[in-house]
Amino acid sequence: MPHWLDLMLQSLGPLLWAGLVFTVPLTLLAFALGLGLGFLTALARLYGPRPLAALARFYVWIIRGTPLLVQLFVIFYGLPSLGILLDAFPAALIGFTINVGAYTSEIVRAVIAAIPKGQWEASFSIGMSWSQAMRRTVLPQASRIAVPPLSNSFISLVKDTSLAAAITVPELFQAAQRVVATTYEPLIIYVEAALIYLALSSVLSALQNRLEAALARSAGALEPAA
Amino acid sequence: MIRLTHIDKRFGRSEVLRRVSVSAREGSVTALIGPSGAGKSTLLRCVNLLEIPDAGELVLGEEVVHFGSHPPGREAIRRVRRQTGMVFQNFQLFPHRTALGNVMEGLLVVQRWPQEKARAHAFELLDKVGLADKARSWPAQLSGGQQQRVAIARALASAPRVLLCDEPTSALDPELALEVVEVLTDLARDGTTMIIATHDLRLAAQVAGEVVVLEAGEVIESGPATALFNNPRHERTQRFIATLGHAHPSAGIGTISQRAS
Repeated sequence: MPHWLDLMLQSLGPLLWAGLVFTVPLTLLAFALGLGLGFLTALARLYGPRPLAALARFYVWIIRGTPLLVQLFVIFYGLPSLGILLDAFPAALIGFTINVGAYTSEIVRAVIAAIPKGQWEASFSIGMSWSQAMRRTVLPQASRIAVPPLSNSFISLVKDTSLAAAITVPELFQAAQRVVATTYEPLIIYVEAALIYLALSSVLSALQNRLEAALARSAGALEPAA
Repeated sequence: MIRLTHIDKRFGRSEVLRRVSVSAREGSVTALIGPSGAGKSTLLRCVNLLEIPDAGELVLGEEVVHFGSHPPGREAIRRVRRQTGMVFQNFQLFPHRTALGNVMEGLLVVQRWPQEKARAHAFELLDKVGLADKARSWPAQLSGGQQQRVAIARALASAPRVLLCDEPTSALDPELALEVVEVLTDLARDGTTMIIATHDLRLAAQVAGEVVVLEAGEVIESGPATALFNNPRHERTQRFIATLGHAHPSAGIGTISQRAS
């Protein structure tokens, strides 16, 4: 067995374990919470009273305008100065959630705004309230258009979680660093880590394709009825 | 009785409706005609409060809504909308629901009927507009005329006091417009109260008993359709009818009934 393959197989266990225990849960939780935050932020910007809309805009501006790595450092290393001490995993989860929230709020805002006004009016004309129209008419249509850009965010997030290594979360990339520290084989181990990220992203891309196909099937050829 | 009294409506600085009063008896069909920008659609949309007038009064059966100092409450708006159905120029079917799903939607969500009852009633309505065989189709699979007929069935689902039609045939080729005109004619014969904003004089002449002519946000003439079309009093009405009138309305009726039979 060639040396590199032997090394990869030996380190596969710890790397996969770190991925399973930290990378995957961090990604799933941060995306779910971030999407919720993004949805609320989008609603605040579209329909909220002026101060709330301004606050939402401010939040998106700050988060999109600063590096994710810096945000993580502020939360993990900076906040303790204010007496807020967080463990590494919760700090990472908060950081990624806030980051995902800002980016997905723009997606949610765009897809809600893309639904024609006539669809709201048709809903109102049959007696629906605003929230019924949102739930029954607008969101189902908006979520279909949102699948590709949200999948993009999701796949970016999987890879971005490697930044959590910098704030001591023992996730996949940090596991790789630790193996390198004992084996002195950075090329082989980091390529292996890259391959695992690639595999995770590929699974997500495949899921995206299946979701899109299923949504397309469930509504015939979906063009706006106009 | 449906009655709008002294309705004013402004969009920003432009006055779209000025002291417009219109009333319609139960069982009657009223056509709102007039050139583009006359305020036909806006007036129609004031009946189901998609537009809230700046001043005036709406009477819809027992419901009386005053406009002016403060806007009508959410509950009053919903009560009005439950008593009205609307058909839009561009159909506005819900693209993510089947024809049957579109018609059932209000029954399920607003009236909170059980599934089976809503399904049976929606099916009857699709049958009434001649589309029982399309119940499972998606809107994107239907022709424009079929989509508009589904939209009519959807608007009728909650048994509204009045059916409001906003340019129901304007987005359709003449062939497809015809099938919509036929459905509306049948509804009129069955005593459905309708107010139709249209510049399709053939539609107005065939379906409406009463006609209201609007120009620049004001009513310039109104009366029974036959009298108004054959003998318009107002010079501007004459001119308006003439501009549309390569097909004289009465000639149009002949054509339609021949093709329908």
